[in-house]
Amino acid sequence: MNTIQQIQEEIIDEFAMFDDWMQRYEYIIELGKSLPLIDEKYKIEENLIRGCQSKVWLHAEFNNDNIVFTADSDAILTKGIIAVLIRTFSNQKPNDILNANTAFIDEIGLKEHLSPTRANGLVSMIKQIKLYAIALQPN
Amino acid sequence: MKFDIKKIRADFPILHQNINGKPLVYFDNAATSQKPKVVIDAEAKYYNEINANIHRGVHYLSQVATDAYEESRLKIQKHLNAKHNYEVLFTAGTTFGINLVASGFGSLLQPGDEVIVSHLEHHSNIVPWQFACERSGATLKVIPMLPNGALDMDAYKNLLTSNTKVVAVNHISNALGIINPIKSIIEQAHKVGAAVLIDGAQATPHIKPDVQALNCDFYVFSGHKIGGPTGTGVLYGKEEWLNKLPPYQGGGEMIKEVTFEKTTYACLPHKFEAGTPNIAGGIVLGVAIDYLNQIGFDNIAAYEHELLTYGTQRLNEIEGITFYGTAAEKTSVISFNIKGLHPYDVGAIIDKLGVAVRTGHHCAQPIMQFFNIPGTIRASFAFYNTKEEIDVLIDALKKAQMMLN
Repeated sequence: MNTIQQIQEEIIDEFAMFDDWMQRYEYIIELGKSLPLIDEKYKIEENLIRGCQSKVWLHAEFNNDNIVFTADSDAILTKGIIAVLIRTFSNQKPNDILNANTAFIDEIGLKEHLSPTRANGLVSMIKQIKLYAIALQPN
Repeated sequence: MKFDIKKIRADFPILHQNINGKPLVYFDNAATSQKPKVVIDAEAKYYNEINANIHRGVHYLSQVATDAYEESRLKIQKHLNAKHNYEVLFTAGTTFGINLVASGFGSLLQPGDEVIVSHLEHHSNIVPWQFACERSGATLKVIPMLPNGALDMDAYKNLLTSNTKVVAVNHISNALGIINPIKSIIEQAHKVGAAVLIDGAQATPHIKPDVQALNCDFYVFSGHKIGGPTGTGVLYGKEEWLNKLPPYQGGGEMIKEVTFEKTTYACLPHKFEAGTPNIAGGIVLGVAIDYLNQIGFDNIAAYEHELLTYGTQRLNEIEGITFYGTAAEKTSVISFNIKGLHPYDVGAIIDKLGVAVRTGHHCAQPIMQFFNIPGTIRASFAFYNTKEEIDVLIDALKKAQMMLN
């Protein structure tokens, strides 16, 4: 399994292929559409990251020392962004998730989505992912 | 006066810029309006030449600032056709004005009393009344809406009883642009002895309200939606009601005499204007109102109606479009969704094409719950917008639809 750092570099390389925002957004939309479906039973209130405009359900479970994340959103751009985060942080160890740098978000041109006024600020999603990592840290 | 759109657009410096590499198309006017150069210059002039605290200073600048501030109050009095200048209170905006009135009623209401709001309200005209009801034990009732976004006036009639003490409704819905029949709402409320507060935040950019003709007890609006500065607003209140309501905040100008045993309050409007107000904002708000009056509200209404008609007609070209708020009496706000697309996705994509619209629940969640939708895309036009800009919106929406499908 690749490290978080390696995955981030892969993602940066993929996004570097796009010349303009349209291609970048189309790719995010594609990622959103290909995000594996979350089990419906996890689309519940306590898994909801509430934003101003769109909803994100994020579920985490422990599997062989790693955290596995699944998610869904009612907005496709938001879903694409959470797909990027899941690819980065799923199947990783809690400590690695906690220590991970998230500066790659800037590099792939999604800085505007860091704003809390965007549908569901990336900041809230990253925060929630890290909170799960804290909660699921081995003693 | 001839409505010269080129000349009007030249008054707004902000409109002439590129956003994301595209010429800005600003259709988020219901959230806040752009400011004409006279307003921007007046704000600078105040701080460059006048800045001083008001009402008490004996020095020259304090006198000039006080005169300018009170002159602005007179302009607003005239604009609203209020009976007295002291019935015009400067506030920080619509939300502040409603909270001031609702807080006062929180002390006047009793268990068994009823407050009526409508299903079309934004949160600022719901939550303060919920506070007032919680504090007093009064009950909050809601005028239902019809599927076309109009208020159910028959149901309203049935809600009114001798227990109704306050009716608080908006003049125009921010989420749907529906113009409510406030004259009739006020008349019926008065028959049962209730006071009526009209939230004019969305009306004042389009309509010149006549508070005496309407016979409302309170009328509130925000400066920033009518070309004035943010953090400014007005609460009009009938003298008799303003005298009945307790002060909202203590300190500064609102006192007559203070001892540790007892404080007496200043007369109107100072009773409700504690502390140093937004002096520059209050003065500049008068400049913004002058500007709008110079263009003329009849001209504004006629031109915006053209934009509304053209916008609705062109939006009809979008496959799978659903409009929300289709009642006949409407201002230049179009709220819609496109089948299968989340409003946020559409808003984010057309932003990249330079088009600014509002998406979401517009701080009016009960309306979205009524339609069972997460939100809408809202294009709200002002008198400085053009049909050509609507064309840009349509192209942007078609592109967004293509990308998202």
